[in-house]
Amino acid sequence: MIKLVGLEKSLGGQQVLRGLDLTIPEGQLTTVIGKSGSGKSVLLKHMIGLMRPDRGEVWIDGTEIAHLKGQALNDVRKRFAMLFQSAALFDSFTVFENVAFPLREKLKLKGAEVTSRVEEKLEQVGLAGMGHKFPAELSGGMKKRAGLARALVMDPEIVLFDEPTTGLDPLLAKSIHDLIVATQQKFGFTAVMVSHEIPEVFAISDWVAMLLNGTIATMARAAEFVRTTDEEIQEFITAGGTISLDGVMAKTRERS
Amino acid sequence: MPWIARIGRITLHYIEEMGRMLLFLVSSFAWLTRPPLRFFQMIKQLHFIGYKSTFVVVLTAVFTGMVLGLQGYYTLRKFGSEAVLGSAVALSIIRELGPVLAALMVTARAGSAMTAEIGIMRITEQIDALETMAINPLQYLIAPKLVASVIGVPLLVALFDVVGIYGGYLVGVNLLGGNAGAYWSSIESAVEWKDVYGGIWKSVSFGLLISWICCYKGFYTRQSAEGLGTATTEAVVLSSVMVLVWDYFLTSVLL
Repeated sequence: MIKLVGLEKSLGGQQVLRGLDLTIPEGQLTTVIGKSGSGKSVLLKHMIGLMRPDRGEVWIDGTEIAHLKGQALNDVRKRFAMLFQSAALFDSFTVFENVAFPLREKLKLKGAEVTSRVEEKLEQVGLAGMGHKFPAELSGGMKKRAGLARALVMDPEIVLFDEPTTGLDPLLAKSIHDLIVATQQKFGFTAVMVSHEIPEVFAISDWVAMLLNGTIATMARAAEFVRTTDEEIQEFITAGGTISLDGVMAKTRERS
Repeated sequence: MPWIARIGRITLHYIEEMGRMLLFLVSSFAWLTRPPLRFFQMIKQLHFIGYKSTFVVVLTAVFTGMVLGLQGYYTLRKFGSEAVLGSAVALSIIRELGPVLAALMVTARAGSAMTAEIGIMRITEQIDALETMAINPLQYLIAPKLVASVIGVPLLVALFDVVGIYGGYLVGVNLLGGNAGAYWSSIESAVEWKDVYGGIWKSVSFGLLISWICCYKGFYTRQSAEGLGTATTEAVVLSSVMVLVWDYFLTSVLL
């Protein structure tokens, strides 16, 4: 379980997180929504120790990581994987080498074992036969899929998704969402996603949390979240049109 | 008095920056000693910094030697001392021009590329990705570059010295008709081992300076294309200036 307590962070003189408390349920998909620049990615980076809070605590299953360094922090990170907004593929490596990288570096696997695990993951994300391509030769959607394959190849316990569908067309975004849900359900990892894709996130998430003014304004089951009476939150989630509550409920029932 | 506060702020900023640079270097070397040893990475960097800089270093060396031969020959002829042309060319190259010019060429070719490569990796979150995989970027990216530069620059300087001396020979002897025997024997009698060692020590420290500054600037690039451009410019300018400043201090100690 991930637990953030009283998190405070200022960047460039501006306070981004203001005493934020958040508990991420284990083995479920939690999505954090919020306005652009509200600090969603900053929040995600605190969970994996890429950023350190000015004040507050970050607990990962009983280990406080905000003040960990070196090997101790690396030991905690081994349980994590992260899909970045830009996919963050190593551009001097092929897709195959990117996905194989953590296996070779961390598990010291070689030869046929690496090949079979990489090919299995590439097939799961729909990139079978694309291993020889370099990231520059891939479309945005394919990069995200390759990034997802690299994130999942180590069978992590916790996966963080930083706006995984930003910049993709609706069909590609849906395919990435479906892929995230399918892999999360299959492997049962704890997933935390930062997204702007409303109303889609209500249909795919178990829990939704709204980041507002540096704190979590509300966190609830997806179907309950849309019934919130808070005007500011309602305005944010309905800005793109009315949310089809029936659709969300149907999807939620389907997931459970 | 706002101007005093401003000076204070700027001073504090530079002290902080220097402290961060020093920590960056110390941490990189500390990670170098921990397993796994990045031998393959180091060889790859040695190929990039050393082998791929060979052409530009040879080109610089041959023309530096030739111009020294040309200037030296006509200057020494006024005093009837053409016989010491070899030692004048060799000492100038081995003591000063070889280490400094080779270091400047490495800064321009490999140093700027190092900053740009690491900076792009920072902007596109590839360095963050390494960290999330529990791989320390200082160990994986920076330490091999530091080692490769410390090994590669002295080798390039040695090559520069040899090619430069032959460049002087080409002009002073083959073109202007100086005496070949006098050229080589004056080198043999004037150049001492301490000149060669001095040049090697200089090149080792230049190699470290270049990779340190260029890697640091790339690693802490601001998150924009403009930031990357600024970082690359700063890396090249600062490395070049530091090579010249450090050369003066080393020369004053070594002489």
